[in-house]
Amino acid sequence: MRYSILSLLGNALRSHRRWPAAWRNPQPKEAYDVVIVGGGGHGLATAYYLAAEHGIKRVAVLEKGWIGGGNTGRNTTIIRSNYLQDQSAHLYEHSLRLYENLSSTLNFNIMLSQRGVLNLAHNEHDLRELSRRVHAIRLNGIDSQILTPDQIKAMVPIINTSPDVRYPVLGASLQRRGGVARHDAVAWGFARAADALGVDIIQNCEVTGIRRGDEGVEGVETTRGYIQANKVGVVVAGHASVLAQMAGFRLPVESHALQALVSEPIKPIHDTVVMSNAVHVYVSQSDKGELVIGAGIDGYNSYAQRGSFRVIEEQMGALLELFPIFSRLKMLRHWAGIVDICPDASPIISKTPVRHLYFNCGWGTGGFKATPGSGHVFAHTIARDEPHPLNAAFNLDRFTGGALVDEHGAAAVAH
Amino acid sequence: MLLIRCPWCGPRDESEFHCGGEAHIVRPLSPDDLSDEQWADYLFMRSNPKGAHRERWYHEAGCRRWFNIERDTLTHEILRIYRIGEAAEDKKRAKAKGKGA
Repeated sequence: MRYSILSLLGNALRSHRRWPAAWRNPQPKEAYDVVIVGGGGHGLATAYYLAAEHGIKRVAVLEKGWIGGGNTGRNTTIIRSNYLQDQSAHLYEHSLRLYENLSSTLNFNIMLSQRGVLNLAHNEHDLRELSRRVHAIRLNGIDSQILTPDQIKAMVPIINTSPDVRYPVLGASLQRRGGVARHDAVAWGFARAADALGVDIIQNCEVTGIRRGDEGVEGVETTRGYIQANKVGVVVAGHASVLAQMAGFRLPVESHALQALVSEPIKPIHDTVVMSNAVHVYVSQSDKGELVIGAGIDGYNSYAQRGSFRVIEEQMGALLELFPIFSRLKMLRHWAGIVDICPDASPIISKTPVRHLYFNCGWGTGGFKATPGSGHVFAHTIARDEPHPLNAAFNLDRFTGGALVDEHGAAAVAH
Repeated sequence: MLLIRCPWCGPRDESEFHCGGEAHIVRPLSPDDLSDEQWADYLFMRSNPKGAHRERWYHEAGCRRWFNIERDTLTHEILRIYRIGEAAEDKKRAKAKGKGA
């Protein structure tokens, strides 16, 4: 069923009781051309582009829980492409451009809101670094500009730009095309569109082993039986090392908890996204009125989807440093996702030592913004057995050859 | 939130400590002889297990000394705390394990 104003009106007249399911709930088949492990945004996007652009229809997405229940549903929904290195700038910009048309591509409203993303500078060094970054980004044809404290104040009246604070706001970079999107809708939109093209989305199906023979990968053992596969793509974020171990190699990633929280809903007060490296917080306001607040990772390895209170305490301190007006706001919900951190803070979208086994991981704290682009180039890598030009630099071999893509300064928070 | 028993200072709040990552990664004895793959393995590859993990911790806001913790990365339970230089394998547990097998 195609969603439109007419389908909405028609269903409204039937009290919304006859909406069909957005995707099927199929039993796993015996064999597939491609099995994607991980039903998050990246995995579902990969399956969609495999079917839509490469004509591979016998595709299954295996998800151990429910789709979009991992980091896709646990991020702070920020989208931007203001990255320093050329390779990253092109990859994230590719993703942002796909996002800009995604609602019509998928016929699913992902509620993209390009409300601008500000990255603050709090000292002279920050300002210089920011200026270097803005110019590098513009050279790559991506919109970026520098704002003075007065311009920041005009755009975000509630921010504290007083010079008498410990970390004064001295300037900011602004990417106007950056913003937020509805994270669940991205997963659901890709799931529905992939399903319509014949992709089997199989939930509650955990992969417990990867079977490999002389010719490479042969299939996956799951909690719902063995599934044969010509090719296997693994997109499991925090569990990447666990899956790599099943295949017999190690990855340069470590899993950490990344916490976020939302406040009680308040009236619209903050219509952009503010990120700060020095005081370590990023905040936007959702359509429901909640402030969505994120910060840095917990310092120790974890698979627990929860972190330590001290991180939240620092995060709240940072929030109040920038926005004293929020001092009496109550926090409503809090959670953590398990992110896979790479040594150079860049992703791995790559072939592996095992033939026909592909990994897409290492997105760390910033994977949501890359969802469509990541799926698009990963589908290309799997279908053609060679990387797309945009992800050629993000191979696993870079850790042997030394061509790292250092993006430690790319996130608005230090790691 | 972890309550960590520093081998020198006793139980202290996690906020006094810094986690230094995976323990027992031995610096190559003859670096000149290493291949690129071996360097990559030493510098970047990590075991990152879901379960028991041996890691180095630093009592940053205390005695400023390093020590090891074996911790479950899924439950965050601290399984064992031991000083730098002590054996990575717990002898008692290794023995018990041996008996079971």
